[in-house]
Amino acid sequence: MAVLAVALTGNPNTGKSTIFNELTGARQKIGNWPGVTVDKKVGYTNYRERAISVVDLPGTYSVDARSPEEKIVLDYLSQEKPDIVVDVVDASNMERNLFLTIQLLEKRIALILDLNMMDEAQKQGYKINVKKLGEMLGMPVVETVGRSKQSTKKLLDVFTATVMSDYKNSELIELHISKVNDILEKTIDKEEAEEKIIALRYELIDQIISSTVVRPTATTSVSEKIDRVLANSFIALPLLLVLVYAVFQITFTWIGQPLADGIDDFIGDVLTPWASDGLAALGVADWLQSLVVDGIIAGVGSVLTFVPLIFTLFFCLSFLDGTGYMARVAFIMDPIMRRAGLSGKGVMPLIMGFGCGVPAIMGAKALDSEKDRMISILVTPFLTCGAKLPIMALFAALFFPDNAADVVFCMYIVGVVMAICMAKLLNVTTFKDEKATFLLELPPYRLPAMKNVLLETWDKGKGYLIKAGTIIFAMSVLIWVLSNYNFAGPTDDMGESILASLGSAVSVLFTFHGFANWENGAAIITGILAKESVVSTIGVLYGVTDISTAKDAEAATENAVKLAGSMGGFTALSALSFMVFSQLYTPCITALGTIKKETGKWKWVAFAAIYTFVAAWIVSLLVYQIGSLLGY
Amino acid sequence: MTLKEAKAGMTVKVVSLEHSDLKQRLMSLGLIKGTVIKVLRSAPLGDPMAISLRAYNLSLRLADADKIKVEVV
Repeated sequence: MAVLAVALTGNPNTGKSTIFNELTGARQKIGNWPGVTVDKKVGYTNYRERAISVVDLPGTYSVDARSPEEKIVLDYLSQEKPDIVVDVVDASNMERNLFLTIQLLEKRIALILDLNMMDEAQKQGYKINVKKLGEMLGMPVVETVGRSKQSTKKLLDVFTATVMSDYKNSELIELHISKVNDILEKTIDKEEAEEKIIALRYELIDQIISSTVVRPTATTSVSEKIDRVLANSFIALPLLLVLVYAVFQITFTWIGQPLADGIDDFIGDVLTPWASDGLAALGVADWLQSLVVDGIIAGVGSVLTFVPLIFTLFFCLSFLDGTGYMARVAFIMDPIMRRAGLSGKGVMPLIMGFGCGVPAIMGAKALDSEKDRMISILVTPFLTCGAKLPIMALFAALFFPDNAADVVFCMYIVGVVMAICMAKLLNVTTFKDEKATFLLELPPYRLPAMKNVLLETWDKGKGYLIKAGTIIFAMSVLIWVLSNYNFAGPTDDMGESILASLGSAVSVLFTFHGFANWENGAAIITGILAKESVVSTIGVLYGVTDISTAKDAEAATENAVKLAGSMGGFTALSALSFMVFSQLYTPCITALGTIKKETGKWKWVAFAAIYTFVAAWIVSLLVYQIGSLLGY
Repeated sequence: MTLKEAKAGMTVKVVSLEHSDLKQRLMSLGLIKGTVIKVLRSAPLGDPMAISLRAYNLSLRLADADKIKVEVV
């Protein structure tokens, strides 16, 4: 029998994703809808020897083709004609949810109405006459509670037993459709017609609700009580800061970093010696040993150590998103974001930018307007991503040992200020004609399903793993070749290598920045390939190993002495200038690739690559020159 | 008065919506003539505002709320 094609549609915040994850588990494929930057999620399952595919359509409030998401839903349902269409509805929020339902029925798309989160609705005191509801619509109605084996089984039973063509709109719906057609015929002004039809739909919804739902007497919900603290009073802002701080602590101190150290230890103490000894024992040529150990293991390893950080950060953010708190973050931060011409919703992708710019750029697609998306994408590279952090940490420890944490913190601030200024600038120049809007549902607080959080974390984090396996692997080989060869052949003196030539060419640009030697030029070049490479390149070129893995204060000081000695070119001031430059300049290749994917235009990639470089060059020059004038 | 002028805790009814980019989106979300709205609060920095309508909560900017005429119920 052919695969049974099921499509899930519905409003945001109805538990649709939970149902999708429960139905398909980890058997999911996440791609893009053709031509747009909206996730396409497809999953597979088998039930009673029937193969079933499930498409999780983007959550929308209506299908008017006003956004790419709405267009996708409409096109998919009317052109692909899936065997089963499920409209997931939050049972405690039927009024607004039924709007989409009615719109679909107007287009004569037969559907199964899934009254989800029935347990919550009943707890709140809602009484729903399910049979009557089905009769009024003419469609089958299923009650589910989201995260439960029973509900999943019930849905699968319905899917496999239902033939959608058996269902036709009720007379009530058909009457509604004839009224809609009437308006369309008689009203010339398109906008006026649409507004009349919207009113007509809500009239019908009110009629359906009043004869099928008994509403609870209004009480103050738990969410409302929580909001009185988290979104209302003066403590909302400090509390937000505490939460963001907690996320960073969890990521960089409590959970992520210890795991990262574990991987680092494994690579440094186990894998590297094992590979060296193994290759030596096999009698492999010296150059190949060097390529594998110094090039590939060192390069890919330096990226792998960031994987726990990235996954921990995404876990925290996905969890917060699942609770509904992220909507409050947008609510609280909107006035601040608006100063930069952005909407409050932009906070979340930008916060992600402190983990890694790639998901942050991808996250921008959740924003409402093209302008919001573009500005968010273009300013994200200024933020201190996880890969820039080691650069800052290294230089701060070496040149500002007494207040390293403060200096690193200042670099974060430099990034944020730069992002805000550039957002403002883009806002009044390139995108001045478009308006940013803000209209956001504040969903009830919920404890997120762990399965959802884990799947989302995996989905976002795996991009980083792929990056380690592909681009970083290739770059590690490339950098090794460039630093071990010159145009005449292999060389033992790295100062004679191709990398040195490239580095000194680039370093000319930094004559007035105080760090114009070829090693730094080379580090800057490799940093465009991957920011992780700045530290590893500097480590390799200045001939210091264990550069970022000093275990204790003593080892760190020892490294510092070694490096300060060999890094003759750097003073505290030029180091600061170099830090500022590294903080702001051209994003890594992976980020640029993501910008291409999200904006669809090379023009924006080139723009993002060049304007960040120019901005970084100017600001770091100012730091060095003003610092010099002040006598540092 | 407009929705912007309504104070937290007030219950109001929509009289009309002025033309704006958001008008049809607001209407699709159930904010049409006759809809009863409860004003929940303003964000800590004064803007945007949070309202409750049709059994869910929505937030919108004061500039947009200013384009919605309401009357006290």
